[in-house]
Amino acid sequence: MLTLQFIPYVEIEGLDSIKRINKILKLVKDEKIVLLEGKLKSHEEAELISKTMEEVDGKFKGIELSVINPESTDTKDIWQKLRTLFIKLLLGNREGFTIIGPATIIKEIKKDPEKIQLFTEDSHKKR
Amino acid sequence: MAGILKRLLSMFFRNLFKKKKHVKLGLYGPPNGGKTTLANKICKDWLGEEMGAVSNISHETREIQIKEEITIKSNSRELTFNLVDTPGIATKIDYEEFIKEGLKEKEAKTRAKEATKGVIDAIKWLDDMDAVIVVLDASKDPYTQVNITIIGNLEARDIPVLLIGNKIDLKKADIKKVQSAFPQYEVIGISAKYGNNLEDFYEYLFKITT
Repeated sequence: MLTLQFIPYVEIEGLDSIKRINKILKLVKDEKIVLLEGKLKSHEEAELISKTMEEVDGKFKGIELSVINPESTDTKDIWQKLRTLFIKLLLGNREGFTIIGPATIIKEIKKDPEKIQLFTEDSHKKR
Repeated sequence: MAGILKRLLSMFFRNLFKKKKHVKLGLYGPPNGGKTTLANKICKDWLGEEMGAVSNISHETREIQIKEEITIKSNSRELTFNLVDTPGIATKIDYEEFIKEGLKEKEAKTRAKEATKGVIDAIKWLDDMDAVIVVLDASKDPYTQVNITIIGNLEARDIPVLLIGNKIDLKKADIKKVQSAFPQYEVIGISAKYGNNLEDFYEYLFKITT
Protein backbone atom coordinates (compact mmCIF):
# COMPACT_ATOMS: atom_id res chain seq x y z
CA MET A 1 0.00 0.00 0.00
CA LEU A 2 1.26 3.46 -0.90
CA THR A 3 0.79 6.26 1.61
CA LEU A 4 0.83 9.82 0.37
CA GLN A 5 1.35 12.38 3.12
CA PHE A 6 0.51 15.99 2.35
CA ILE A 7 2.46 18.66 4.20
CA PRO A 8 0.94 22.13 3.83
CA TYR A 9 3.38 25.02 3.74
CA VAL A 10 2.13 26.34 7.11
CA GLU A 11 3.45 23.16 8.75
CA ILE A 12 7.06 23.89 7.78
CA GLU A 13 6.90 27.68 7.57
CA GLY A 14 8.05 28.23 11.17
CA LEU A 15 10.66 25.47 11.19
CA ASP A 16 14.36 26.04 10.64
CA SER A 17 16.11 24.15 7.82
CA ILE A 18 17.30 21.26 10.01
CA LYS A 19 13.85 20.65 11.48
CA ARG A 20 12.24 20.83 8.01
CA ILE A 21 14.66 18.25 6.66
CA ASN A 22 14.32 15.97 9.69
CA LYS A 23 10.52 16.10 9.45
CA ILE A 24 10.56 15.14 5.76
CA LEU A 25 13.19 12.46 6.18
CA LYS A 26 11.37 10.85 9.11
CA LEU A 27 8.20 10.47 7.03
CA VAL A 28 10.12 9.14 4.03
CA LYS A 29 11.95 6.61 6.23
CA ASP A 30 8.49 5.49 7.40
CA GLU A 31 7.90 4.60 3.72
CA LYS A 32 5.55 7.52 3.04
CA ILE A 33 5.56 9.60 -0.12
CA VAL A 34 5.62 13.23 0.93
CA LEU A 35 3.77 15.85 -1.07
CA LEU A 36 5.05 19.17 0.20
CA GLU A 37 3.30 22.43 -0.64
CA GLY A 38 5.96 24.80 -1.94
CA LYS A 39 9.62 23.97 -2.23
CA LEU A 40 12.75 23.80 -0.16
CA LYS A 41 15.52 26.37 -0.60
CA SER A 42 18.38 25.16 -2.78
CA HIS A 43 20.73 24.79 0.21
CA GLU A 44 18.00 22.79 1.99
CA GLU A 45 17.73 20.46 -1.00
CA ALA A 46 21.50 19.90 -0.85
CA GLU A 47 21.31 19.38 2.91
CA LEU A 48 18.44 16.91 2.42
CA ILE A 49 20.64 14.91 0.05
CA SER A 50 23.54 14.98 2.56
CA LYS A 51 21.30 13.89 5.45
CA THR A 52 19.82 11.17 3.27
CA MET A 53 23.30 9.86 2.47
CA GLU A 54 24.11 9.74 6.20
CA GLU A 55 21.03 7.57 6.74
CA VAL A 56 21.58 5.13 3.85
CA ASP A 57 22.03 1.55 5.01
CA GLY A 58 21.03 -1.94 3.89
CA LYS A 59 17.33 -1.12 4.31
CA PHE A 60 17.04 2.58 3.49
CA LYS A 61 18.42 3.17 -0.01
CA GLY A 62 17.81 6.89 -0.28
CA ILE A 63 15.15 9.11 -1.81
CA GLU A 64 13.66 10.25 -5.06
CA LEU A 65 12.62 13.87 -5.22
CA SER A 66 11.21 16.29 -7.70
CA VAL A 67 9.87 19.81 -7.68
CA ILE A 68 6.88 20.86 -9.75
CA ASN A 69 7.54 24.51 -10.24
CA PRO A 70 5.15 26.81 -12.10
CA GLU A 71 8.01 29.34 -12.47
CA SER A 72 9.79 26.97 -14.85
CA THR A 73 7.21 27.87 -17.51
CA ASP A 74 9.44 30.96 -17.84
CA THR A 75 6.85 33.66 -18.25
CA LYS A 76 7.98 36.80 -20.00
CA ASP A 77 5.08 38.83 -18.60
CA ILE A 78 6.69 41.39 -16.28
CA TRP A 79 3.42 41.87 -14.31
CA GLN A 80 3.13 38.13 -13.78
CA LYS A 81 6.74 38.10 -12.52
CA LEU A 82 6.08 41.02 -10.16
CA ARG A 83 2.89 39.37 -8.91
CA THR A 84 4.78 36.14 -8.19
CA LEU A 85 7.52 38.07 -6.40
CA PHE A 86 4.96 39.96 -4.31
CA ILE A 87 3.12 36.77 -3.33
CA LYS A 88 6.47 35.17 -2.43
CA LEU A 89 7.41 38.12 -0.19
CA LEU A 90 4.00 38.12 1.43
CA LEU A 91 3.29 34.43 1.86
CA GLY A 92 6.67 32.71 1.56
CA ASN A 93 7.89 30.30 -1.11
CA ARG A 94 4.74 28.20 -1.32
CA GLU A 95 4.49 28.06 -5.10
CA GLY A 96 4.65 24.62 -6.65
CA PHE A 97 4.94 21.21 -5.00
CA THR A 98 7.79 18.96 -3.94
CA ILE A 99 7.47 15.20 -4.08
CA ILE A 100 9.85 13.19 -1.93
CA GLY A 101 9.64 9.44 -1.53
CA PRO A 102 11.73 6.47 -0.50
CA ALA A 103 13.86 5.05 -3.33
CA THR A 104 12.68 1.55 -2.41
CA ILE A 105 9.13 2.56 -3.47
CA ILE A 106 9.67 5.25 -6.12
CA LYS A 107 12.11 3.96 -8.70
CA GLU A 108 12.13 7.01 -10.92
CA ILE A 109 10.55 10.41 -11.31
CA LYS A 110 10.37 11.66 -14.87
CA LYS A 111 9.70 15.30 -15.39
CA ASP A 112 9.42 17.67 -18.26
CA PRO A 113 8.16 21.23 -17.98
CA GLU A 114 4.54 20.13 -18.46
CA LYS A 115 4.09 16.90 -16.50
CA ILE A 116 5.55 14.63 -13.86
CA GLN A 117 5.49 10.81 -13.74
CA LEU A 118 6.25 8.59 -10.77
CA PHE A 119 7.42 5.08 -11.49
CA THR A 120 7.05 2.63 -8.64
CA GLU A 121 8.73 -0.80 -8.37
CA ASP A 122 5.95 -2.57 -10.35
CA SER A 123 5.55 0.05 -13.09
CA HIS A 124 9.31 0.07 -13.55
CA LYS A 125 9.35 -3.69 -14.19
CA LYS A 126 6.55 -3.39 -16.77
CA ARG A 127 8.40 -0.73 -18.81
CA MET B 1 18.22 38.86 -20.67
CA ALA B 2 20.24 35.69 -21.39
CA GLY B 3 22.81 37.84 -23.23
CA ILE B 4 23.24 40.13 -20.23
CA LEU B 5 23.65 37.12 -17.94
CA LYS B 6 26.27 35.61 -20.24
CA ARG B 7 28.20 38.91 -20.35
CA LEU B 8 28.07 39.21 -16.54
CA LEU B 9 29.27 35.61 -16.22
CA SER B 10 32.08 36.31 -18.64
CA MET B 11 33.14 39.44 -16.74
CA PHE B 12 33.04 37.55 -13.45
CA PHE B 13 35.25 34.76 -14.82
CA ARG B 14 37.75 37.24 -16.25
CA ASN B 15 38.08 39.07 -12.93
CA LEU B 16 38.23 35.84 -10.99
CA PHE B 17 41.09 34.34 -12.97
CA LYS B 18 42.99 37.63 -12.97
CA LYS B 19 42.77 38.18 -9.21
CA LYS B 20 43.28 34.67 -7.81
CA LYS B 21 46.44 32.68 -8.24
CA HIS B 22 45.01 29.25 -7.42
CA VAL B 23 41.53 29.15 -8.83
CA LYS B 24 39.65 25.99 -7.91
CA LEU B 25 37.78 24.73 -10.95
CA GLY B 26 35.38 21.99 -9.87
CA LEU B 27 33.82 19.20 -11.88
CA TYR B 28 30.32 18.44 -10.64
CA GLY B 29 27.40 16.37 -11.84
CA PRO B 30 25.46 13.16 -11.36
CA PRO B 31 27.30 9.80 -11.33
CA ASN B 32 28.55 8.43 -14.67
CA GLY B 33 28.24 11.74 -16.51
CA GLY B 34 31.93 11.61 -17.44
CA LYS B 35 33.52 14.01 -14.95
CA THR B 36 36.63 11.90 -14.41
CA THR B 37 36.90 11.12 -18.13
CA LEU B 38 36.91 14.88 -18.80
CA ALA B 39 39.38 15.47 -15.93
CA ASN B 40 41.65 12.78 -17.39
CA LYS B 41 41.41 14.33 -20.85
CA ILE B 42 42.30 17.80 -19.54
CA CYS B 43 45.21 16.40 -17.47
CA LYS B 44 46.46 14.23 -20.33
CA ASP B 45 46.30 17.17 -22.76
CA TRP B 46 48.14 19.63 -20.50
CA LEU B 47 50.10 17.60 -17.92
CA GLY B 48 50.70 14.40 -19.84
CA GLU B 49 49.19 12.23 -17.10
CA GLU B 50 45.71 11.08 -16.08
CA MET B 51 43.86 12.03 -12.92
CA GLY B 52 41.77 9.04 -11.82
CA ALA B 53 40.24 5.70 -12.71
CA VAL B 54 37.05 5.49 -14.76
CA SER B 55 34.53 2.65 -14.86
CA ASN B 56 31.15 1.69 -16.28
CA ILE B 57 30.03 0.90 -12.73
CA SER B 58 28.65 4.06 -11.18
CA HIS B 59 30.32 5.87 -8.27
CA GLU B 60 33.86 5.00 -9.39
CA THR B 61 35.06 8.35 -8.01
CA ARG B 62 34.26 8.29 -4.31
CA GLU B 63 36.81 10.78 -3.05
CA ILE B 64 37.64 14.36 -4.00
CA GLN B 65 40.65 14.39 -6.35
CA ILE B 66 42.74 17.46 -7.06
CA LYS B 67 45.31 18.21 -9.77
CA GLU B 68 47.15 21.41 -9.05
CA GLU B 69 48.56 24.04 -11.38
CA ILE B 70 47.12 22.99 -14.69
CA THR B 71 48.09 25.54 -17.31
CA ILE B 72 46.29 25.47 -20.61
CA LYS B 73 47.72 27.46 -23.51
CA SER B 74 46.48 28.65 -26.85
CA ASN B 75 48.46 31.05 -29.07
CA SER B 76 49.82 33.57 -26.57
CA ARG B 77 47.09 32.96 -24.00
CA GLU B 78 47.53 31.05 -20.73
CA LEU B 79 45.11 29.91 -18.06
CA THR B 80 46.13 28.25 -14.77
CA PHE B 81 43.81 26.49 -12.33
CA ASN B 82 43.56 23.66 -9.80
CA LEU B 83 41.18 21.02 -11.10
CA VAL B 84 38.90 19.39 -8.51
CA ASP B 85 37.13 16.19 -9.56
CA THR B 86 34.22 15.35 -7.26
CA PRO B 87 32.15 12.19 -6.69
CA GLY B 88 28.82 12.11 -8.51
CA ILE B 89 25.90 13.54 -6.56
CA ALA B 90 22.97 11.17 -6.13
CA THR B 91 19.88 10.96 -3.94
CA LYS B 92 19.99 7.17 -3.63
CA ILE B 93 22.67 4.51 -3.40
CA ASP B 94 21.77 0.84 -3.43
CA TYR B 95 24.53 -1.72 -2.93
CA GLU B 96 22.36 -4.30 -4.71
CA GLU B 97 22.72 -2.29 -7.92
CA PHE B 98 26.51 -2.74 -7.69
CA ILE B 99 26.00 -6.51 -7.27
CA LYS B 100 23.90 -6.48 -10.47
CA GLU B 101 26.80 -4.70 -12.16
CA GLY B 102 29.15 -7.53 -11.20
CA LEU B 103 30.58 -6.75 -7.76
CA LYS B 104 30.64 -9.21 -4.88
CA GLU B 105 28.37 -8.42 -1.92
CA LYS B 106 31.17 -7.25 0.38
CA GLU B 107 32.71 -5.06 -2.33
CA ALA B 108 29.28 -3.67 -3.21
CA LYS B 109 28.52 -2.74 0.40
CA THR B 110 31.92 -1.05 0.81
CA ARG B 111 31.44 0.83 -2.45
CA ALA B 112 27.97 1.98 -1.35
CA LYS B 113 29.29 3.21 2.00
CA GLU B 114 32.17 5.08 0.35
CA ALA B 115 29.82 6.49 -2.28
CA THR B 116 27.47 7.97 0.35
CA LYS B 117 30.45 9.67 2.01
CA GLY B 118 31.59 10.89 -1.42
CA VAL B 119 28.25 12.59 -2.05
CA ILE B 120 28.41 14.31 1.35
CA ASP B 121 31.98 15.50 0.64
CA ALA B 122 31.07 16.77 -2.84
CA ILE B 123 28.26 18.87 -1.36
CA LYS B 124 30.55 20.18 1.41
CA TRP B 125 33.15 21.23 -1.19
CA LEU B 126 30.65 23.36 -3.10
CA ASP B 127 31.53 26.31 -0.86
CA ASP B 128 35.24 26.02 -1.76
CA MET B 129 34.83 26.27 -5.52
CA ASP B 130 35.67 29.39 -7.51
CA ALA B 131 34.06 28.12 -10.69
CA VAL B 132 32.36 24.86 -11.66
CA ILE B 133 32.00 22.80 -14.80
CA VAL B 134 28.76 20.83 -14.53
CA VAL B 135 29.10 17.65 -16.57
CA LEU B 136 25.83 16.07 -17.73
CA ASP B 137 25.33 12.96 -19.82
CA ALA B 138 23.67 14.39 -22.96
CA SER B 139 22.06 11.02 -23.70
CA LYS B 140 20.10 11.10 -20.44
CA ASP B 141 17.09 13.07 -19.20
CA PRO B 142 18.41 16.50 -18.12
CA TYR B 143 15.29 17.37 -16.07
CA THR B 144 16.40 15.53 -12.93
CA GLN B 145 16.21 17.14 -9.53
CA VAL B 146 19.89 16.35 -8.87
CA ASN B 147 20.91 18.47 -11.88
CA ILE B 148 18.56 21.26 -10.82
CA THR B 149 19.76 21.09 -7.21
CA ILE B 150 23.45 21.26 -8.21
CA ILE B 151 22.93 24.23 -10.51
CA GLY B 152 20.56 25.93 -8.03
CA ASN B 153 23.16 25.64 -5.29
CA LEU B 154 25.91 27.06 -7.49
CA GLU B 155 23.68 29.97 -8.50
CA ALA B 156 22.74 30.61 -4.85
CA ARG B 157 26.46 30.76 -3.98
CA ASP B 158 27.22 33.01 -6.98
CA ILE B 159 29.65 30.44 -8.34
CA PRO B 160 30.07 30.73 -12.14
CA VAL B 161 28.92 27.66 -14.04
CA LEU B 162 29.99 26.10 -17.33
CA LEU B 163 27.50 23.52 -18.54
CA ILE B 164 28.82 20.57 -20.51
CA GLY B 165 26.68 18.03 -22.35
CA ASN B 166 29.01 15.03 -22.51
CA LYS B 167 28.83 11.80 -24.55
CA ILE B 168 27.77 13.46 -27.82
CA ASP B 169 29.27 10.40 -29.53
CA LEU B 170 26.22 8.40 -28.39
CA LYS B 171 23.22 8.17 -30.75
CA LYS B 172 20.79 9.10 -27.98
CA ALA B 173 22.68 12.30 -27.11
CA ASP B 174 20.47 15.37 -27.40
CA ILE B 175 22.26 18.66 -26.72
CA LYS B 176 19.16 20.66 -27.64
CA LYS B 177 17.26 18.98 -24.83
CA VAL B 178 20.00 19.85 -22.32
CA GLN B 179 20.01 23.41 -23.64
CA SER B 180 16.24 23.72 -23.30
CA ALA B 181 16.39 22.41 -19.73
CA PHE B 182 18.91 25.11 -18.78
CA PRO B 183 18.27 28.03 -21.16
CA GLN B 184 20.21 30.45 -18.95
CA TYR B 185 23.49 28.70 -19.90
CA GLU B 186 25.36 28.09 -23.11
CA VAL B 187 25.73 24.30 -23.25
CA ILE B 188 28.91 22.96 -24.86
CA GLY B 189 28.51 19.47 -26.33
CA ILE B 190 31.60 17.27 -26.09
CA SER B 191 32.75 13.68 -26.00
CA ALA B 192 35.39 13.54 -23.29
CA LYS B 193 36.06 9.89 -24.16
CA TYR B 194 36.94 10.54 -27.80
CA GLY B 195 38.04 14.16 -27.44
CA ASN B 196 35.27 15.47 -29.71
CA ASN B 197 34.73 19.22 -29.57
CA LEU B 198 37.30 19.67 -26.79
CA GLU B 199 38.69 22.61 -28.78
CA ASP B 200 35.36 24.40 -28.31
CA PHE B 201 35.43 23.59 -24.61
CA TYR B 202 38.96 25.02 -24.17
CA GLU B 203 38.10 27.98 -26.37
CA TYR B 204 35.05 28.67 -24.22
CA LEU B 205 37.23 28.54 -21.10
CA PHE B 206 39.57 31.07 -22.71
CA LYS B 207 36.76 33.20 -24.07
CA ILE B 208 35.31 33.79 -20.65
CA THR B 209 38.60 34.22 -18.82
CA THR B 210 40.79 36.35 -21.06
